[in-house]
Amino acid sequence: MTPEDWSAVRLTAQLAALTTLLLLIVGTPIGWWLARTRSRFKPLVASLVTMPLVLPPSVMGFYLLLLLGPQGPVGQLTQALGLGRLPFSFAGLVVASVLYSMPFVVQPLQQAFEAIPERTLEAAATLRAGPWDRFFSVVLPLARPGFLTASVLGFAHTVGEFGVVLMIGGNIPGVTRVLSVAIYGHVEALEFEAAHRLAAGMVVFAMVVLVALYMLSRPTGRAAQAAR
Amino acid sequence: MKTLQRSAGVAFVTLAAFGAQAAEVQVAVAANFAVPLERISVGFSAATGHTLKVAAGSTGKFYSQIIGGAPFEVLIAADDETPKKLITEGHAVAGSNFTYAIGKLVLWSAKPDFVDGQGAVLGSARFAHLAIANPKVAPYGAAGLQVIKARGLSEALAPKLVTGESIAQAFQFVSTGNADLGFVALSQVAVPGKPAVGSYWLVPQELYGEIRQDAVLLKPGADNPAAKALLAYLKSPAAQEVIRAFGYGIGM
Repeated sequence: MTPEDWSAVRLTAQLAALTTLLLLIVGTPIGWWLARTRSRFKPLVASLVTMPLVLPPSVMGFYLLLLLGPQGPVGQLTQALGLGRLPFSFAGLVVASVLYSMPFVVQPLQQAFEAIPERTLEAAATLRAGPWDRFFSVVLPLARPGFLTASVLGFAHTVGEFGVVLMIGGNIPGVTRVLSVAIYGHVEALEFEAAHRLAAGMVVFAMVVLVALYMLSRPTGRAAQAAR
Repeated sequence: MKTLQRSAGVAFVTLAAFGAQAAEVQVAVAANFAVPLERISVGFSAATGHTLKVAAGSTGKFYSQIIGGAPFEVLIAADDETPKKLITEGHAVAGSNFTYAIGKLVLWSAKPDFVDGQGAVLGSARFAHLAIANPKVAPYGAAGLQVIKARGLSEALAPKLVTGESIAQAFQFVSTGNADLGFVALSQVAVPGKPAVGSYWLVPQELYGEIRQDAVLLKPGADNPAAKALLAYLKSPAAQEVIRAFGYGIGM
């Protein structure tokens, strides 16, 4: 492994960790709203959140490049705020990853919230628990498996991101050259040995993550039953 | 492993032989020549009745695809090394390679008056990102690096380089304004009748190694008359007129 390969590993871990953290913060209210709302806008919001699952990464990469670019509305906003431009920057990858991995975090959270019976919350309310108290002492513990699944999937999916990063990253070592792009670069240049080292690592990583996820999520059924 | 690759190659060739129609050519073309080829194919189809199925990308990528058994019949490359290597390694027909164009490198920005006639902007601090094609697989990317080196700016510019997987992506980074400027092919900015907006510096030849762009007949196309006809047509005055119009030199 060259220092450049290690820097790709580090960068990927940083990107995935930061993305997952932001998605848990952003995704929790969205997932809660989707689980509880009776609004007629629910199908629209649910569709928007799910879109990255369906859209090819090239579509997202293309529009992000235009939106975040100097002529794009978001690009003009970031420049006006003195933040500079997002494409070819780590911050840009974070923004793209948050959008791209959103369904992988919001959906498990939404399902976990939906599984919490309304009367459990009502019971807590009759015991004079305020909304925040109800959320932290009832919802969070009950939805813990959902948060776990959301974190693991959000992290793993960001690690596996390729198309969008390729299109808006610009392949800068240490800034936007994440693992998937580094592997692609090695394969393109016929550096198969180097590609193998990283690619085999990714296969092991994916396997470990998924096995851990399935092992951890098994007790969910029992926990959910116990809650009822 | 070798045998496996070879038999996979044979399977592809057999498939191609059964599946291909006589009057169709599967062409892999270097990204810088994609648009000129589009124009040339109109005349080619009118003159011969054959049609082209074109894939555009970086020469290096096509090289790995071809040795992996891709069913391309003609490679229109951005260098002369790759066709030679393919012949030596038995993937292309010996003696079929020839230079169809001499590529010209430009430093281009989508902003008017940004790039000056001497390329002095390269040494300035007026830009955040300089786009080039991946030098490992794209000859124009390698040429861009040579220019940077010749100007003694390798270290200063390293953090500003953004790399596209082919010259087409480098072009796209610049045209969307995300990169302030970039090294691309003259053929991309000097499209006859539809020149790109902005400003560019035609890089003097002495700053980079000559980009001799060769075409070659690949093994899967060895028995396809349409593939041979395409290579012959590339040498015709009609094709050369188009090639010159895009700013290339003629190699023969």
